[in-house]
Amino acid sequence: MKYRTISTVLQIAKPRYAMFNQDMSDSWGPHDIGGQMAGPVDLSEHDIAHWEWQVDAMVRLALGKGLISDFAELRDGIEQLSPEDYDNLSYYERWAKSLAYTLLSRGSISEQALNDKVAEIRERQEAAGLR
Amino acid sequence: MNEPLFSVGQRVRIADRTPPVHHRVPSYAKGQIGIVERVCGMHAEPEKCIRGDGKPFQRIYRVRIPQSTLWEPYKGTDGDKLEIEIFEHWLEAAE
Repeated sequence: MKYRTISTVLQIAKPRYAMFNQDMSDSWGPHDIGGQMAGPVDLSEHDIAHWEWQVDAMVRLALGKGLISDFAELRDGIEQLSPEDYDNLSYYERWAKSLAYTLLSRGSISEQALNDKVAEIRERQEAAGLR
Repeated sequence: MNEPLFSVGQRVRIADRTPPVHHRVPSYAKGQIGIVERVCGMHAEPEKCIRGDGKPFQRIYRVRIPQSTLWEPYKGTDGDKLEIEIFEHWLEAAE
């Protein structure tokens, strides 16, 4: 399984709620591809890694605690990803990045706190020989 | 709970607009006319959830559109239809 550090999560876009009433282009984001030509569907099975369950749990906790209002908000964060990220990140990488984006946008966590935590985890992993 | 604005069998047009937030209407369905196949349940309006305006509930309708009007040219069977669930605030009555 490919592994990407959580630092990619920190490349966040600016909130754009101020332009909420604007009408955007005909196609909104890299997700809006219904009806376009596409390659074959990858039907291979894959295991769910432990960190993926953790991301799932974090999102459900954030929903339960009202830190995000609805799955629509998670989905919105995913649609804010760059086309490159949208195509290349795995399912739960998109969830993780969206959750970070949303919590940072709402001010629920600070970028400093997130950076510090990532650094702490990295040190712990290095000390344990996991990196 | 307010009454449904549209009823089964009614012709409706899906709005053609693109707010810069997650919305549950794909480009290919925007501006299309279909028939209400059924009145579904209620769910929180995504655009307002995202904007932080609470969780106002909106009714959802299942709208049926002939595939041949969506795709040009459509190579499938004549009677093929798309059914898509659309929030009430995205619909208006059509002739």
